[in-house]
Amino acid sequence: MQYRGKAHKFGNDVNTDYIISGKYKFKTLDMKELAKHVMEDLDPDFYSKVSQGDLIVAGSNFGCGSSREQAPLAIKYANVGAVLAKSFARIFYRNCINTGLPVVECDTDLIAAGDELEVDLAKGVIRNITAGIEIPVKPLPGVMIKILNDGGLAPHFRKYGGFNFD
Amino acid sequence: MGQTIIEKILSSHSGQESRANDIVVARVDLVMGQDGTSPLAIRAFEDMGGAEVFSREKVAFVIDHSSPSPIEGVSRLHKLMREFSREKGFRMYDIGEGVCHQLIPESGMVGPGSLVIGADSHTCTYGALNAFSTGVGSTDLAGGMISGRMWFKVPDTFKFVCNGTLPPGVYSKDLILYLIGDVTADGATYMSAEYTGEAVSALTMEGRFTMANMAIEMGAKAGLMEADEKTFRWLERYTDKKFIPASADKDAVYARVKEYDVSGLAPQVARPHRVDNVCPVDEVAGTPIQQAVIGTCTNGRLEDLRIAADIIRGRKVHRDVRLIVAPSSKTVYLDAMREGIIQDLVEAGAAVVTPGCGPCVGTHNGVPADGENVISTANRNFKGRMGNSNAFIYLASPATVAASALTGRISDPREFVK
Ligand code: SF4
Repeated sequence: MQYRGKAHKFGNDVNTDYIISGKYKFKTLDMKELAKHVMEDLDPDFYSKVSQGDLIVAGSNFGCGSSREQAPLAIKYANVGAVLAKSFARIFYRNCINTGLPVVECDTDLIAAGDELEVDLAKGVIRNITAGIEIPVKPLPGVMIKILNDGGLAPHFRKYGGFNFD
Repeated sequence: MGQTIIEKILSSHSGQESRANDIVVARVDLVMGQDGTSPLAIRAFEDMGGAEVFSREKVAFVIDHSSPSPIEGVSRLHKLMREFSREKGFRMYDIGEGVCHQLIPESGMVGPGSLVIGADSHTCTYGALNAFSTGVGSTDLAGGMISGRMWFKVPDTFKFVCNGTLPPGVYSKDLILYLIGDVTADGATYMSAEYTGEAVSALTMEGRFTMANMAIEMGAKAGLMEADEKTFRWLERYTDKKFIPASADKDAVYARVKEYDVSGLAPQVARPHRVDNVCPVDEVAGTPIQQAVIGTCTNGRLEDLRIAADIIRGRKVHRDVRLIVAPSSKTVYLDAMREGIIQDLVEAGAAVVTPGCGPCVGTHNGVPADGENVISTANRNFKGRMGNSNAFIYLASPATVAASALTGRISDPREFVK
């Protein structure tokens, strides 16, 4: 899995209320509609600024707060390719894997806003094209790789009829 | 080598001896979803090829987040939940019954040693009953509904030892806010928090639920306590089911241990817009407020309403303040009525809303205006949390919120508590 795009930078502790506010998420299952409000409280124009495959680059504890799966889904439907952060909150992290949104733990201090990035998940490396450096990636646990490779938890269940990590 | 509480529960439910960082697939005793997460779970259930739920007795839906429905879109999602639960034959708690994290403990389905997943981040609340319960997303929820199982990475444990005695006017909410302020919003990320010590043993079950509830605000996967006499006495009202508690071994291995003496603790307040932005009440005392909220899965229980009523009784809510009270369940509501608490609060000027999440998450029931300050007993004060990103939310104990509602400014409740 490869992604190439521009970095949109955010700080630490970006919570799920910022990713998609509760006032929207309870109203609809239409993720395209929700996607328009992604990150709205932190950057009102975020949705219109994102081009296909762009990357959210953040500090530590990204996705803390609620368990709403609308958060990764809204990011995905806003055409964001992957989220890079120093660390993630655990429910959000699981939800990303389950819904097939790639999440990458790495030192995001090495990335500036607007940098052109290339993410190669299979090789486990990020190239910061603007800065001309490679950034190592913290590998995912085996179970998560398995679920991601199956395309998310739903396809995993369809394939095996339940959990199968053998 | 001994085991922590969570290692024991994951061992008993996975059939394999579990240690921190192992990956296990464990059976779950209960799977719970609320109205913000269940509709997506229903979609995932179908997408996974699910036909029936693994057990009709072990799955529950709760409509509490936007309850009763404020708008058409929500009504449609509620209808979907009603139809799905009826078709599959499992229990659904409809509007007016309460917040999921009060209803599930009251259901008697969860007790010491249980393992629960819930599609709500505050599912960690049942840790007060010595259950490993944790929040998951909708897709995990669907997987649990179909298979009755879930995969877990066994977390490290962060042990919080709380010694001493809480002074008058200082409550478990103040203690947990203090702990969160101390270790910060990601201080226990991915860990299981174990709360122990004489100050924790001295808490009522209600006080313990508050502490377990907010474990997620420091990033923890669970907030666990040992079961004791109080736990079993509390459960007696709701079930005669027998549970096998899990206690930590003396030689259990902890990733971190911190000791606190709570005897000198002052009432605490979390300032906007972070739960770990905590200070003693006197640092913010005097800040004018326009809305006060008593309720939510953190502090909407009988004891909380009683503490508030004891302060408010015979007085009037400040004319510039709207006081909103949301009992956490119908049972709490009825108990509070019988004790005259509701009468006292309403006479003082409170608006009592339907048992449920109330204004907590900004869907209805009290969205603040631009520039307004709210003081609330809830667990989150993120920008926009209550539906307006130009409002400011302060978090505090029911006593501090009640005192502030009377004066119109953030106030130290110790002036009102005899
Ligand atoms: S009361 Fe608030 S925190 Fe608790 S479940 Fe409801 S929305 Fe979530």
